[in-house]
Amino acid sequence: MSSPQALSANLRRGYSPVVKTSLIFVAVAAVCLFFADISITTLDPWSEMGRMAQGVLAPDFTAVAGIGMIIVQTIAFALCGVALGAVGGFLLAQIFHIGPVRWTCAAVRAIHELFWALIFLQMLGLTPLTGVLAIAIPYAGICAKVYAETLEEAELPALPALPFGTGIISSFFFARLPDVWVHIKNYTAYRFECGLRSSAVLGFVGLPTLGFYLETAFGEGNYSEAAALLIIFYVLIATLRLWMRPKLIGLYVLVAPFLLGGGAAIDMRNIARFLTVDIVPAPLRNGSLGAGKTWSNLADWAGMLLFDQALPGMVATLLLSQIALVATGILALALFPLISEKFFGRLPRLLGHVFLVVLRSTPEFILAYIFLQLWGPSMLPAIVALALHNGAIIGHLVGRFSDQVRLRPDSPRGLNLYGFEILPRIYGQFLAFLFYRWEVIMRETAILGILGIATLGFYVDSSLADIRLDRVMFLIAIMVIFNVAVDALSRHIRSRLRLSTQTGQA
Amino acid sequence: MNRLKHLVFGAALAFSAMGLPAQQVLAETFVFTAIPDENEARLRERFDKVAVYLTKTLGVETKYIPVKSYAAAVTAFRNNQVQLGWFGGLSGVRARHLVPGSEAIAQGFEDQAFETYFIVHASTGLKPSADFPAAIAGKTFTFGSKGSTSGRLMPEYYVRQNFKAAPNRIFTKVGFSGNHSKTIALVQSGAYQVGAVNFKVWENELKAGKIDPKKVSVVWKTPPYPDYQWTIRGDVETRWKAGFKAKVREALLNMKDPDLLASFPRKSFIPASNSDYKPILDVAKLIDLIS
Repeated sequence: MSSPQALSANLRRGYSPVVKTSLIFVAVAAVCLFFADISITTLDPWSEMGRMAQGVLAPDFTAVAGIGMIIVQTIAFALCGVALGAVGGFLLAQIFHIGPVRWTCAAVRAIHELFWALIFLQMLGLTPLTGVLAIAIPYAGICAKVYAETLEEAELPALPALPFGTGIISSFFFARLPDVWVHIKNYTAYRFECGLRSSAVLGFVGLPTLGFYLETAFGEGNYSEAAALLIIFYVLIATLRLWMRPKLIGLYVLVAPFLLGGGAAIDMRNIARFLTVDIVPAPLRNGSLGAGKTWSNLADWAGMLLFDQALPGMVATLLLSQIALVATGILALALFPLISEKFFGRLPRLLGHVFLVVLRSTPEFILAYIFLQLWGPSMLPAIVALALHNGAIIGHLVGRFSDQVRLRPDSPRGLNLYGFEILPRIYGQFLAFLFYRWEVIMRETAILGILGIATLGFYVDSSLADIRLDRVMFLIAIMVIFNVAVDALSRHIRSRLRLSTQTGQA
Repeated sequence: MNRLKHLVFGAALAFSAMGLPAQQVLAETFVFTAIPDENEARLRERFDKVAVYLTKTLGVETKYIPVKSYAAAVTAFRNNQVQLGWFGGLSGVRARHLVPGSEAIAQGFEDQAFETYFIVHASTGLKPSADFPAAIAGKTFTFGSKGSTSGRLMPEYYVRQNFKAAPNRIFTKVGFSGNHSKTIALVQSGAYQVGAVNFKVWENELKAGKIDPKKVSVVWKTPPYPDYQWTIRGDVETRWKAGFKAKVREALLNMKDPDLLASFPRKSFIPASNSDYKPILDVAKLIDLIS
């Protein structure tokens, strides 16, 4: 217990900016919670839940024909997409100081892989290129940013030692790159795990990866088959370090393009039509440009999309993501000790790792469906699904980071160790991870239409279902602006709090 | 450094390999798809058989490709990656709207008079009625897929017609389950109180014992409307030969194998035309699902 004097001294001094920021975010989430609908309405979920539990207890590995090929293709799409994205990002990082390059990167990474895939499906159809580009483009945007920040913030002791007159290229390869290579390598390896998740998820829109079969099995209630597919995916992620050897990467990347499978022929006319007709707003497409009526129709069209869809969509997206963000943070702080050397021995840590792999590798829409069965439609299933998935990802990163903290030999144990030693030292890092994850959470709210939550992504999906691509592009443009704004805000907060940006991993 | 070189080289290779499928012109293979309205394994089994039958009857290599959504089926048809589609009422209207010259050539016997069932959870206490059940107002409601005729278009139409307002003003919550099986599962568990479902899927699942009549029951049946049909692109005549369209239609109408028909499940296929689907087009325009 602190004495009254100490307490008032604390109050006078005020909280640190980091704590203040945290409290502001918690307060915002509390206000959002007040407006959000989190009622529980389900009556008897247990028959469906029972069937799911049976499936998990008795996974049926034989039900999935050609499982080997499914896994190979899932890995192949991830490899091709991430390799292209990483190389593209690395090149872009060299010119990242140019404004338009930076803005383009921000814009392309603001669009979820699934939406990229849906856009390319319109132009290229179900071809391997659709899947590879859907991963490569947003990943190039993300990698460019992180590589550029890494290069910029690196201390470069070797640089001044170079002889006078050393060329740009030589100095880059001999003095700059070697100092940041480990960071870039670690980050790219982390990106590959994300790439595997993205690749699996692309199956939901028809590419031949794990998600294709998972969505089918789950949608039809074949829970034994769904469980088998999920378990295989968990094992794939958990053993990543064993099979993704640095020496083998070159070979993998060489072989991967040949394993993507075939597809329909690409027709340039479809690409041309998409770019010149489909995405032109309907009033312009159907009216003559000279007529005043055309332009008033266009204003009505844009107004309708803005006020009936984009604005309510943004409100729902914001409510949901602010609550989910704080829930994610709380969960990550609770989960990270499970895999930290500071708290647990080898065996419990192993179990912790398994637990976190399961949480972070289960697609959110499956988590959301399970909670929808349990609690009925409201924001609650969405919040919990997003928090579990993202909390496990950040918990994993913070847990690994906590292993680097050096403790005094007489440091306390248990809760005291957590509260007085570890938490204060990892908190800045934790916040940095969380703020990086903010825009990701925002993008992920798109996929929760099954819950009847009309986020911005819900409206994009509806227009896609109606094959109204002009509306799709208009709403995606708004989504991009919205995401870029949040990203800028998060960057502003991070730099004000002087949180390290060497941590783009989240 | 070596690794970086590998990466660059691999990526370059990846890029060049990407181009390959583009050159494999599937010149003379006649490709079709179907909207994914039910169990995929069943669809695959059914349509692979149809492909074998058409290959034999038409004398042209025919292939079925599965897709993940109604919109994907329409898009593949529009992009000429498939030339024939087994569409629902709404997706067929959309496909023909987007591909001038395309034509509805055959429908199932039952598709002349398709129905949607409104189903409710037992806790609502609602009983089956011949009139539209106005008491569903204020409950939670789930459609099926956003692009479905029986799971979206027609139920939304009757909701709007009877309440004179959009569904999200009538119901406390409006969801899209994604498919008919999930609609039934969600209403059965009480996650949603009311749902709209394809009557064929309801009957199939009832027969398969997946429905507990104590928990979920039909409260209202819509008036009949035209639904599924085979739609073909107009340019198949130039790509294959003149009269190809008529040949495909004839092959579909002559599909007599009882097992094959039972797998749809349809009694037989009968001729259809674009004008048969005028009512669907009108409704779709009325509720702004097509412009």
